[in-house]
Amino acid sequence: MPVARTIRNLGHRTVEAVWRIGYASRFFAMILLHSGTSFRRFQLTIKEVYFTGVMSLVIILVAGLFVGVVLGLQGYETLKSYGSESSLGELVALSLVRELGPVLGALLFASRAGSAMTAEIGLMKATEQLAAMEMMSINPISRVIAPRFWSGVISMPILAAMFSVVGVFGGYLVGVVYIGVDNGSFWSQMQASVDFQHDVVNGVIKSFVFGIAVTAISLFEGYDAPPTAEGVSHATTRTVVESSLVILMLDVVLTAVMFRGV
Amino acid sequence: MERAKLDLWVGMFVVAGFAALAILAFKVGNLDSLSMSDTYVLKANFGNIGGLKASASVKSAGVVVGRVTDIKLNPESYEAQVTIKVDKHYQFPKDSLIGIMTSGLLGDQYLSLKPGVDDDMLKNGDVIKQARSAIVLEDLIGQVVASKAESAK
Repeated sequence: MPVARTIRNLGHRTVEAVWRIGYASRFFAMILLHSGTSFRRFQLTIKEVYFTGVMSLVIILVAGLFVGVVLGLQGYETLKSYGSESSLGELVALSLVRELGPVLGALLFASRAGSAMTAEIGLMKATEQLAAMEMMSINPISRVIAPRFWSGVISMPILAAMFSVVGVFGGYLVGVVYIGVDNGSFWSQMQASVDFQHDVVNGVIKSFVFGIAVTAISLFEGYDAPPTAEGVSHATTRTVVESSLVILMLDVVLTAVMFRGV
Repeated sequence: MERAKLDLWVGMFVVAGFAALAILAFKVGNLDSLSMSDTYVLKANFGNIGGLKASASVKSAGVVVGRVTDIKLNPESYEAQVTIKVDKHYQFPKDSLIGIMTSGLLGDQYLSLKPGVDDDMLKNGDVIKQARSAIVLEDLIGQVVASKAESAK
């Protein structure tokens, strides 16, 4: 019966999806529950901050500079037709601080650090290192997973802030140095429109939320990966795809709450 | 990698992060200009504030001397009551003139404070008597059209 088979298929997928959500939530709860070690032995977290944060600096800084430069060029072209080139600083700074810094920073972070985390955890599982730890009565979640989680949560806001700063500098290079927008109005219009609470703090909150989401997804996909070469490769792909979608989805929700007060 | 080197890198990373945040707050944002150390409060009533917003700047001779902190409608006189915060370093005579201006054609609106000649200075909580409302473009066009019609008769 093809109809019965289709319905059975649908049921199976639904049960599977619900089970996976439950498993992921339990995994997330376990991370939070076993976070004590990553703060008591802070050296473990510091080591992971080096790998996730410091090593992501190059891509974040270079990308931020390019994004700022493009914003400067495109923004100038558009603003020119209204004769308000002096608002270029406002345009560049607001787009970066509110949206592009946190969102693009998190997307780059997911593909740079998140995929590496998934591959590492997945391979640890495939080579039975996690099982070996449990044999030695070391909890792999508190020893391996939680420090990586907190390193991501710490690194993400820092990286996003740096992205924004470098981007503003890129916009300054193009707008003021190359095109010749007035230096004074570039900065003063920027300062007049960027509000610390409304824009900067909200941007930091966004990047903080993205940091939690990206690292939690990356670690879960690695932990959940089938212990084969193919399984790890699929898990890495899923990490990047899921993180990117979740980042953009959360961004819609957060923006609606922060700037429209829904 | 040895521990000292690792700590150094991570430390520098965190310091750079806080530096970036500080730049966003002070250079890109307006945190320093909003938290002026010593300020006093002045009030002014306007018939129409146009598009003036809270945290708009108060300028005298083009120099920022304060910020708009609050805008309310006075329920008795139906005038807009604007509260401003002015840096203590700048004292203005009692008969100073305050007006709503626009920076550029499409720019933000700000308050311009023109000093008078009185010997007494404005004190905390004083109301600036001479307030000039915002120029609303529609009113201006209406006046021009009316005067044209008048002269055509």
